[in-house]
Amino acid sequence: MANKSLASRKQTVITIFVVVGFIYLLRLFYLQVIDDSYTLSANNNVLRYVTQYPARGLIYDRNGKLLVYNEAVYDLMVLPRQVKDIDTLEFCRILDITPEGFRQRLRKAKDYSRYKPSLFEKQLSKETYGYLEEKMYRFPGFFVQPRTLRKYPTPLGAHLLGYVGEVNQAMIDKNPYYKSGDYVGISGIEKTYEEELRGIKGIKIKMVDVHNREVGSFQDGLHDTIAEMGKDLYLSIDATLQEYGERLMQGKMGSIVAIEPSTGEILAFLSSPSYNPNLLVGRVRGKNFGLLLQDPVKPLLNRALMGQYPPGSTFKMVNDLVGLQEGVLTTSTHYSCQGPGSTPIRCTHNHQSPLDVYTAIQQSCNPFHWQVYRSILSNPRYKGTRENYEIWRDHVMDMGFGHKLGSDTDAELAGNIPSAESFDAIYGKGRWTSMTVRSLSIGQGEILTTPLQLANYGALLANRGYYIVPHVVKQIGEKAVDEKKFKKVISDISPSHYEIIVEGMRQVATLGTARWYQIKDITMCGKTGTAENPHGKDHSLFMAFAPADNPVIAIAVVVENAGFGSTWALPIASLMIEKYINGEVSRTQIEEDMINKRLY
Amino acid sequence: MSERNNILNEIDWKLVALYLLLISMGWINIYAAVYNEDHSSIIDLSQSYGRQMIWIVTSLFLGLVVLLTDARFFSTFAYLIYGIIILLLLAVLAFGTEISGSKSWFQIGDFAIQPSEFGKFATTLALAKFFSGQHINVKTFRTRFIPLVIIGLPALLILLQNDTGSALVYSGFILVLYRMGLSGNFLLAGVMFIIMALSTLMVGYIYVAIALVILASLLLLIIKRNRRNIVNLAALLMLGIGFVFSVNYAVDNFLGAHQKTRINVLLGKELDLRGAGYNVNQSKIAIGSGGFAGKGFLKGTQTKYNFVPEQSTDFIFCTVGEEWGFLGSMVVVVLFILLLIRVIIVAERQRSDFSRIYGYGVASVLFFHFAINIGMTIGLVPVIGIPLPFFSYGGSSLWSFTILLFIFIKQDVRRNALL
Repeated sequence: MANKSLASRKQTVITIFVVVGFIYLLRLFYLQVIDDSYTLSANNNVLRYVTQYPARGLIYDRNGKLLVYNEAVYDLMVLPRQVKDIDTLEFCRILDITPEGFRQRLRKAKDYSRYKPSLFEKQLSKETYGYLEEKMYRFPGFFVQPRTLRKYPTPLGAHLLGYVGEVNQAMIDKNPYYKSGDYVGISGIEKTYEEELRGIKGIKIKMVDVHNREVGSFQDGLHDTIAEMGKDLYLSIDATLQEYGERLMQGKMGSIVAIEPSTGEILAFLSSPSYNPNLLVGRVRGKNFGLLLQDPVKPLLNRALMGQYPPGSTFKMVNDLVGLQEGVLTTSTHYSCQGPGSTPIRCTHNHQSPLDVYTAIQQSCNPFHWQVYRSILSNPRYKGTRENYEIWRDHVMDMGFGHKLGSDTDAELAGNIPSAESFDAIYGKGRWTSMTVRSLSIGQGEILTTPLQLANYGALLANRGYYIVPHVVKQIGEKAVDEKKFKKVISDISPSHYEIIVEGMRQVATLGTARWYQIKDITMCGKTGTAENPHGKDHSLFMAFAPADNPVIAIAVVVENAGFGSTWALPIASLMIEKYINGEVSRTQIEEDMINKRLY
Repeated sequence: MSERNNILNEIDWKLVALYLLLISMGWINIYAAVYNEDHSSIIDLSQSYGRQMIWIVTSLFLGLVVLLTDARFFSTFAYLIYGIIILLLLAVLAFGTEISGSKSWFQIGDFAIQPSEFGKFATTLALAKFFSGQHINVKTFRTRFIPLVIIGLPALLILLQNDTGSALVYSGFILVLYRMGLSGNFLLAGVMFIIMALSTLMVGYIYVAIALVILASLLLLIIKRNRRNIVNLAALLMLGIGFVFSVNYAVDNFLGAHQKTRINVLLGKELDLRGAGYNVNQSKIAIGSGGFAGKGFLKGTQTKYNFVPEQSTDFIFCTVGEEWGFLGSMVVVVLFILLLIRVIIVAERQRSDFSRIYGYGVASVLFFHFAINIGMTIGLVPVIGIPLPFFSYGGSSLWSFTILLFIFIKQDVRRNALL
């Protein structure tokens, strides 16, 4: 029967149903159980990770005066995947950008990631933010992220503090903590103390619907982490002294570094010309940075660390110390000086002759120090000039020259104490003598030092033979800085020799080159330097500490292309010392002259 | 009284139970898909689950009416019902309202009625009526031609309403024709055509044509090489190559851009996550993120926050997949397969040709909807906007499926009385 055979077709039909059902179940099993990429996609759809940016730590001076704080701004972020069907023109109008600018920013964001938020426009003004917030629902894919910017109540210590900027790709690649658009300390202590200052970012996981509207927090915030504010820094800087130094240095190129000898704490640290640190904050940073970069007086250059100057006469005591230690110089050693007629180095001062080491320092006698240097390099205790030179160089390096000191300031330069090899290369091995390198006897020639090294040298002399690595941060959050972090470096020259040098320096201020700038009730020990500069007028240098007994401040002042050390660097240093120790300055005429004089 | 006892005793409770299970699960998922905390009352007419509740209650009422109607009513007036629906389909073309691109709705107040939904059971009735006639002779041209007209006419009218998906449903009746004696070769040929069409789209018609030639050559080695076989094989080869070329031509010339994109997306040739691929991609994400046991009732994020489009109608299965996971999806798929098998079993026990053929029609329509709808949400079938029976939100479709199924249940109740 035909019908009978056709009835068997129900098996075929049922088989079709079952097979299709089975295929679908396999497919569902694959989608739901095996392939877990869909869970991720679902999370990408609905979860929005909102970074909670911690405020950076605040920065105070040694007396608790606020130097740096934060101000709230709003960054406009974009999630490119969700941007669709928005009124571009209106959006551009609100933000005051061009449609082309809109496309560019969006392209840049897409290049970074379609699924992760990136910065669209940074630091909206409060007005723009307020206006945009109301219309936000019309711009899916965009949201606003509160951020903080640095603010400086008094524009001080720009070079010391440094500035904060956006991370670049290299930093992101190197350190996974940073994401595009994060802020990071780029220079100064903002950079060296970045990890302490930045705090810890938090994450809030929010759920959004297809229109990018927030619909609540994910699992009631179970996975959220709270941002932890950065730690506050307490600097060793004395804001009053710093400000005073900046006033004294206005219109002059150069640097002042002042250190508390007993602790190595930096009291003032400035480079001039400076700039208002508020200029390098926020949206105006790019523009201002360009302007500062093009300025011929190089306001961005941190001269305290990166200015390398020949120390000139301030270096003479280094040679005296080595001479005393190596036994080629004693307090009874006398050399004669023919004044301007001396060879091979003439003298620039009029004074008695012959003279001993005290007078030689007091009068900054060149021929005396040439003789000392010559005897160091021809010391019969060792074999020849080269070995003597290396002994000398070791002593000098021990005093903190020719290498980075390891301070917590940013981007120190090493300066230069030339190696024997470098002279071999120039003159040939065995073919150079003390005569060849005679400029080194008076701190000229290849020797280069930074103002920080000079100030540290002042501290070394003040301490009669040791220094503590200079540093600028006293306290991080509640915790004082670990003293072991900044080690005590003891010179291999006997303290008794230092006493001789200190006595010479005391005479500098009472009888010698610095006698015109004595400070009432304070004995200052110092040494002027006039560093020959192949590019122009001599640099004016002064290195000092005070008081002579139990010194509280060591200071180095460099004024570029200003001539004699005693004309500019000395008075500025003496004013700084007076200001720091006495709290006020009695010599108002000198103060006024210094502040008002413009040298560039 | 006896009539009522008869119904209660004779009714196929398994079918009714499957039906009730499916509509309850459907409603729960519609509730979850559009749930929001401001409107949590289950009967809130501003929300689709509130309206669906009304559709469910009225459907149950309609089902009861159908059960209480004399079974002979449907076979007697099959052509009349079919005719009325055809008229309605014509009328909607002239006076209907266009909703999302398809002119297939009559707008009555807040509610919209879609006549094409009712075309399904009307066509099933007419088909059953035709095949149950005494004059059937499978060999005649008339017997072969008239069913094609019965199926083709409403399909054509729905196609004219620009509702391709609903029109395609009518191709499902091939199962009825198969049961009525259509050669199994047609089913096989259908499958072959689908494979050829897909491979043409995927690898290009040239390669498919070459593959066909190679296949034919291989067959030539196996079969008896008499004249008849060689001619048949040659004819089949020509037909195949002709088909492949026409598919290529049709896709290039007749399909709209959006249809082409949908096909390309399905074949993985195009990744268009913003446009045509968006629906399927979001649908797969929703279902895939459900995992083994699902995220839990009302915990689905993808459907609730509208990432999945049409989440209460065509893509309702996404909610099942996301909130109930593989377990829930499996329950739904298994329930549908059980329903389909039950319909076939019940159909085969009918003594009247009309009832049996009608049963196959019911199974065909339900199967086609089930296969296309779920297949599309899991990315196995191109996006064709047709509802998942008993699940998707929508009054017309729920009414239509209810009437479709309950006419069958009623026929079954009366199977012994009709002798």
